[in-house]
Amino acid sequence: MIAEAISHALRVNALLTAFAFVGLVMWLSAALSKYLTMGRVHGSAIAIMIGLALAFWGGIVTGGKSGLSDIPMLSGIGLMGGAMLRDFAIVATAFEVDVEKAKKAGLIGAVALVLGTILPFIVGALAAAAYGYTDAVSMTTIGAGAVTYIVGPVTGAAIGADSAVIALSIATGVFKAVLVMIGTPFVAGMIGLNNPRTAMVFGGLMGTVSGVSAGLAATDRRLVPYGALTATFHTGFGCLVAPSIFYLIVRLIVGN
Amino acid sequence: MTIFGVALLAICTLFGAVLGDLLGMMLGVKANVGGVGLAMIFLIAGRHCLVRRKLLNEGIKLGVGFWAAFYIPIVVAMAANQNVVAAVESGPMVAIAAIATVLACFAAVALISRMSGRTETMDEIEAREGTLTPKVAQQDGLGSVVR
Repeated sequence: MIAEAISHALRVNALLTAFAFVGLVMWLSAALSKYLTMGRVHGSAIAIMIGLALAFWGGIVTGGKSGLSDIPMLSGIGLMGGAMLRDFAIVATAFEVDVEKAKKAGLIGAVALVLGTILPFIVGALAAAAYGYTDAVSMTTIGAGAVTYIVGPVTGAAIGADSAVIALSIATGVFKAVLVMIGTPFVAGMIGLNNPRTAMVFGGLMGTVSGVSAGLAATDRRLVPYGALTATFHTGFGCLVAPSIFYLIVRLIVGN
Repeated sequence: MTIFGVALLAICTLFGAVLGDLLGMMLGVKANVGGVGLAMIFLIAGRHCLVRRKLLNEGIKLGVGFWAAFYIPIVVAMAANQNVVAAVESGPMVAIAAIATVLACFAAVALISRMSGRTETMDEIEAREGTLTPKVAQQDGLGSVVR
């Protein structure tokens, strides 16, 4: 009887269940980040990986295509992570962008930002094509995922990509962010990452604020604000150009 | 009032969505062309306007800020919704794409930082400004110089 009451309450309050569930995942990720990786891998990246793993588990258990939200009790996850709230929250992050601060990054920051969007996109799209995703929509979505794990799904949803392709684009972006977090201290010397200007170039090129902040923090904490300054614009810029100019160019090259 | 912030955000997002759809129709593609990016530009412009007219208050900041803070949890929920089972079948593409991307970007950072000539390092800046004070192990855990 108690079990039935609980399951009923969870089902009728699906969105609240999702908040509680995701909160739990975030808490667990923060703990894992702190104690397992000594803060080197950002909690948000771990949380997204857990999300993908849970989607895998949900898919196996239910045989459905919508990951965890195919489980009736967790259907609220579908609403919480759906296109509407996702776009809403992503747009909100732009509110912290200060036009005056943007000018500080200057020309070199802008060049790094543009290059940091084009380069990953090309690499990602080529990798997609190499693995048989040769249609313009899939190539664009996975290429956008290589820019950041936000640009990927935003682009995929905008141009109508398949959920499996969107999952690939998220995974590519998260994997990239984790590589940046872990790898930065090791290559810092080689790429001259010891001054504010290079840190700004680095932020613009690598993207993902979480990856850049964690990577720079592990290299030299004083460089973090410079890297974050340019990295902040990465997702916005990517969301602007990937589902528009980039998609149209890919379409021109490979057809539909 | 907080709702003004949420409403501002909603209006910007909706405008972006409409404009993105219109752009898609004009270009003849069945897609929302850059809607989220356009919405972000509207929001930045909106904030700029509010700041200039001194209308940006805590309520508005709270209304938008809450949703901005909610973005990672929403992305986690989004990740949990995807068809990962089908994605896994595509093999090591994710790893290859990510590794190649990171290597290409590291190389580009090195290239740009060399091309643009030498600049003062963080240590030199601090030495010049006389702010180089003894610090207990800069907390990075990777054993960089302890000053």
